[in-house]
Amino acid sequence: MHQVEPPKTTKEKAKAVSAKPASLGADVDLDKYISSAEEMQYQEDPSQLPEEDQKRMAQAGIIIDEQSQRSGTIIQMDNSVIHSLTRQEGLEVMATSQALKRYDWILDYWWRAIAVDSDKYTAHVELNQNDGYFIRALPHTKVVYPVQACLYLAKNNLAQNVHNIIIAEEGSELHIITGCTTSPRQEFGLHLGVSEFYIKPGAKLTFTMIHNWTPGIAVRPRTGVIVEGNGIFLSNYVIMKPVHSLQTNPVARCVGENATVRFNSVLVATPGSMMDVGSSVFLDGKGSKTEIISRAITTGGDIVARGYVEGNAPDVKGHLECRGLILMGEGIIHAIPELRGTLAGVDLSHEAAVGKIAEEEVEYLMARGLTRSEATATIVRGFLRVDIEGLPPLLSAELQRAIEASEKDIM
Amino acid sequence: MGDIALSIEQLTVEVEGREILHNINLEINRGETHALFGPNGSGKSTLLMAIMGFPRYRITNGNIIFKGQDITRLPLDERARLGIGMSFQRPPVVRGVKTHDMLAASLGGQGNEQSISHLAEEANLADFLDREINYGFSGGEVKRSEIMQLLAQKPELSLLDEPESGVDLVNIALIGQLINELLEKDIRIRDRKRAGLIITHTGHILNYVNAHTGYVMIDGKLSCGGDSHEILATIKEKGYEECAKCIR
Repeated sequence: MHQVEPPKTTKEKAKAVSAKPASLGADVDLDKYISSAEEMQYQEDPSQLPEEDQKRMAQAGIIIDEQSQRSGTIIQMDNSVIHSLTRQEGLEVMATSQALKRYDWILDYWWRAIAVDSDKYTAHVELNQNDGYFIRALPHTKVVYPVQACLYLAKNNLAQNVHNIIIAEEGSELHIITGCTTSPRQEFGLHLGVSEFYIKPGAKLTFTMIHNWTPGIAVRPRTGVIVEGNGIFLSNYVIMKPVHSLQTNPVARCVGENATVRFNSVLVATPGSMMDVGSSVFLDGKGSKTEIISRAITTGGDIVARGYVEGNAPDVKGHLECRGLILMGEGIIHAIPELRGTLAGVDLSHEAAVGKIAEEEVEYLMARGLTRSEATATIVRGFLRVDIEGLPPLLSAELQRAIEASEKDIM
Repeated sequence: MGDIALSIEQLTVEVEGREILHNINLEINRGETHALFGPNGSGKSTLLMAIMGFPRYRITNGNIIFKGQDITRLPLDERARLGIGMSFQRPPVVRGVKTHDMLAASLGGQGNEQSISHLAEEANLADFLDREINYGFSGGEVKRSEIMQLLAQKPELSLLDEPESGVDLVNIALIGQLINELLEKDIRIRDRKRAGLIITHTGHILNYVNAHTGYVMIDGKLSCGGDSHEILATIKEKGYEECAKCIR
């Protein structure tokens, strides 16, 4: 007689795949890292944090001294959430551990947008979880200023395992800036960040993530997004500083009618950096649409820029744009745009281009009186310019400032 | 000599090892506008590109003197800063670089937001400031944008490569008006500081911009220097073959 097995718990599922390599990116030996770190002291006033740490956070878009421009703040240093604050009614910002204690229903969202047994990194987070952040906009709440979340790696050799849950309830509007960064003294470390996003009917969520690592850090974010009817999810990802190895491929599912997803990525690979960065969108709801835009520059590092759009419902529309610029050195840019349509009536397109700066364009600007280096800088600045429809002007300006601040490093 | 803006002596230019221009001589005084006619592929654009200083156009003989200074070996950007500007026949699209950025660059740090807006309105391109330069522009928009950038740059010598090609009649009038402003046509010739060299296929632009001297270029050689309107009338009546006879 066939015996029915009880459903496996997430821990059991994680254990079963604890050695399963990811399908993309170089393998990271998890045994080289430690997962425990000393408990950090809670900071009522984060402006008391060492200036050096604040400076690194600022480079990742996190404002410590002037929080009036933020609706909420949460800072996790190594494994400890050291500060969390909510400044607006209808907005919840807290450590994941706290949210798990407060709300039973969190488990309904736990590993729903992304499978715990995706690979050994998701498994590692489940088995060694060191908190994370929970951000939720209650129904019909319009969050005025962005919420900022900082994940900071301070201890050398640490694997930071975080699990974040972000929920934009029905009809709400939420803007988040996440800055992931390290102490400048960090030589070796691993950041494993699981983020699950739930955008309910008619809600809008913009998520801007700035990575500001050091050359010895390996990074394996794992992101899943579920967008319901008329929901909007806009993601902006910027990495312009060195990193040892980065592989990420957020997966968004437009499950409701007329859901919208946009992914914008700005990637700069300096010598020694290896990046495999993609975005995948499944258009499962009728009339849903997506746009994936990737701008990649190498000054000597290697970039794989992926994009995948799958149209599975009538009247869906998707567009992919991967553009790569080999600025100098011997770096490689490998653009892999993929489209898959499973029924008539889908409208999917892509464009991809990889090359150096066109001499014709440089000379055009020089004919207006710019020197060669000024012309090149203008073209690179233009290439990196991210004009994101739907992003609040304040956030757009901050993002542009963050990009410009890093530009001089790559010229 | 003090009135001479541009003097070209025995100029020979090759592109990718092939000689295109042969012993060109040309002189343009301050305040003057000259027109350059010629069939496709005769070397007209090559002459403008060589004067502007594009590296692909290699000068193998002769000299280019601008405002009394030999600029034959001067780099492109230095010539631009010295006072030479060019409107391109087919300018490149520069993705990410906006029309606003190009105007700011052309103003060379001398302008402000107000002057940028003013120029854009004048060229009927106010809605284009936030658009990537030349991306999706119509023929007329490209030409207006080019002249607008020159108005910002204020060059003492403007090289205009077919400013009316692909432009409808309404836009030609506006382009003519902008060129007249660029070349200071509203002030007496002796008081003008600016000069221009215009390539035109059809001569339509000369209905709006007065060019008092014209030339015909055929097979990389200049001929028929004289009144631009007479030359145009001859071309219209007898074709370029008549001009070719002068060279032979």
